Amino acid sequence: MKVAVCVKQVPDTWAEKRLREADARLDRESADGVMNELDEYAVEEALQLIEANGGEVVVISMGPERASETVRKALSMGADAGIHVVDDTLGGSDAVATSAVIAKAIEGRGFDLVIFGSESTDARMSVVPAMVAERLGWAQLTFAQKVEISGGEVSIERVTENGFATVTAATPAVVSVVEKINEPRYPSFKGIMAAKKKPVESLTAAELGLDAATVGAAAAWSAVNDFAARPPKAAGTVVTDEGDGGVKVAEFLATQKFI
Amino acid sequence: MGEVLVLVDEVDGTVKKSTTELLTAARRLGNPSAVWVGPGISDAAMATLGEFGATKVYVAGDADVAKHPVAPAAEVLAQLVAQVSPVAVLVPSTADGKEAAGRLAIRAGAGIITDAVDVTLDGDRVVATQSVFGGSTIVHSTVTHGVPVITVRGNAIAPEAAPVTATREDVSVSLSEAARKATITGHTAAVKGGRPELTEAQVVVSGGRGVGSAEGFSVIEALADTLGAAVGASRAATDAGWYPHQYQVGQTGKTVSPQLYIANGISGAIQHRAGMQTSKTIVVVNKDAEAPIFELADYGVVGDLFSVVPQLTQEIAKRSS
Ligand SMILES: Cc1cc2nc3c(=O)[nH]c(=O)nc-3n(C[C@H](O)[C@H](O)[C@H](O)COP(=O)(O)OP(=O)(O)OC[C@H]3O[C@@H](n4cnc5c(N)ncnc54)[C@H](O)[C@@H]3O)c2cc1C
Ligand SMILES: Cc1cc2nc3c(=O)[nH]c(=O)nc-3n(C[C@H](O)[C@H](O)[C@H](O)COP(=O)(O)OP(=O)(O)OC[C@H]3O[C@@H](n4cnc5c(N)ncnc54)[C@H](O)[C@@H]3O)c2cc1C
Repeated sequence: MKVAVCVKQVPDTWAEKRLREADARLDRESADGVMNELDEYAVEEALQLIEANGGEVVVISMGPERASETVRKALSMGADAGIHVVDDTLGGSDAVATSAVIAKAIEGRGFDLVIFGSESTDARMSVVPAMVAERLGWAQLTFAQKVEISGGEVSIERVTENGFATVTAATPAVVSVVEKINEPRYPSFKGIMAAKKKPVESLTAAELGLDAATVGAAAAWSAVNDFAARPPKAAGTVVTDEGDGGVKVAEFLATQKFI
Repeated sequence: MGEVLVLVDEVDGTVKKSTTELLTAARRLGNPSAVWVGPGISDAAMATLGEFGATKVYVAGDADVAKHPVAPAAEVLAQLVAQVSPVAVLVPSTADGKEAAGRLAIRAGAGIITDAVDVTLDGDRVVATQSVFGGSTIVHSTVTHGVPVITVRGNAIAPEAAPVTATREDVSVSLSEAARKATITGHTAAVKGGRPELTEAQVVVSGGRGVGSAEGFSVIEALADTLGAAVGASRAATDAGWYPHQYQVGQTGKTVSPQLYIANGISGAIQHRAGMQTSKTIVVVNKDAEAPIFELADYGVVGDLFSVVPQLTQEIAKRSS
């Protein structure tokens, strides 16, 4: 079995995120880059599927030069090889263009499954996996809290607003996973050393067969008109409970007309 | 005025509140038409859609559309986009809604904006307001290619009625082979309580690790019930099995934006904040004065939730009797 797993480098979850004044793009320099937390679950799921069924895991990322750290992290967790799409013309891509690049990187390489995280922690759109499925014409099995493979068939439990749905398809399929699916492993020292020798193919948009006019900021189909920091919230009142904390909250709720 | 397509979100045949919010928003852009994907639209559902201004209701009612996830809604919308050239397509910001919007954007060759908290018309340009990075930055954005596909966050726009008589128009859709590749073979519903739905509730009362046990949540539920509120939980509480997963608030749980959010025994980790930061009024009960959740509080009490919360519940009951 051949499994691709897509990972995105994002600003550290704990860092304050902001947009750049000049072009309204995410300021990726001012914070450490880390693997999107939710993609760790995608890597883990891919590794577990391969450990159970045999085969190979290829990690795919589109991002600036330093996103190679994120590819390496996936390799040190145990993925076998990497594809890093790195090209300055891709900066400022919207979700539509991002999905085109990822679909091209997947196409024609004989993958049975491609696994994504359910969202990125920076833009939080949760659309890229569905868009990639649409582009490839593959089955979409997303928001999975459980993935099972037998023969050429994949079955997942899709988390819904109220419970879950069981969804089944033949491979090849696009899967995205939610965080309750597994517990991602930490890279071992051995894994980190081994990762240094694993192959990473670095590709440009042109090498993927994409027309430069269809990707990047200039080709984006949505644009930021303006943005502003939300005015900081006025500091609230904090009291220490002296046996009347509950009554005090009730008084506050009454002044606010909640009760 | 052009048509604005609104994808209906329903549960067991009842139109969800988020749809009435989207219809209200759609009226600012043009003439709202509701799009119902699935079998079994009722007269009551038609009436609700009309009450909020849908002059037309497109119904793709083939049983087939409900057998496959996400793709059928995208294909129905794409077909209607080609047919009526709408001003915009508004879709609820649920997992299903966002994914359908994503697929639609690809099919229709259109740009997409997710999680809008407002939409307005500027000349003939549709402008969306997004609240990003946990609510710290407000962005105005526009789709510059194709029909604007915009997903709208629940509880962001107040629904206002504008009654019209909705006329039904059936659409027949032939699903692509790709849309049929994934098949829904079963549904497992989580047990549903009698409380308002988390994402729609005006008041949410949440508990975290500080609640200490499943039994401890009875204190949270009692407060919620005196306020007619929904109950939420932090991941620490859902992971521990004290409260079911579908009530998790945060990055990987539900995003809520109620009028009032009461956080009890929750420290305020960034992933939790991501799901509740845009609540209008925030009340905090936590025994650690240093807990970061106090930074968000309009009103906070440093104290043990097991004495503060029951006293609050009692006081509310007293005042309302
Ligand atoms: C604050 C902000 C708001 C934005 N708003 C919009 C908008 O409204 N419309 C729009 O079109 N674009 C928008 N963008 C641009 C958008 O972030 C990028 O196009 C992005 O790569 C795709 O969206 P996402 O990160 O939300 O992905 P999601 O759909 O949330 O990501 C899901 C999964 O896809 C995979 N994935 C995503 N990106 C990559 C990648 N580069 N390489 C490998 N795997 C990947 C990961 O596995 C991830 O877990 C916004 C960006 C920011 C920073
Ligand atoms: C990928 C990823 C996704 C995540 N998604 C989410 C998410 O969707 N939602 C979410 O909530 N978290 C999420 N988390 C987890 C998050 O990082 C925190 O671990 C979690 O929110 C902590 O929950 P908590 O505040 O209840 O617990 P803690 O951080 O342990 O805080 C408990 C608080 O209770 C207080 N307390 C204890 N006893 C009492 C008492 N008797 N009375 C009053 N106060 C008391 C303590 O002072 C403390 O402040 C995610 C993490 C990751 C890595």
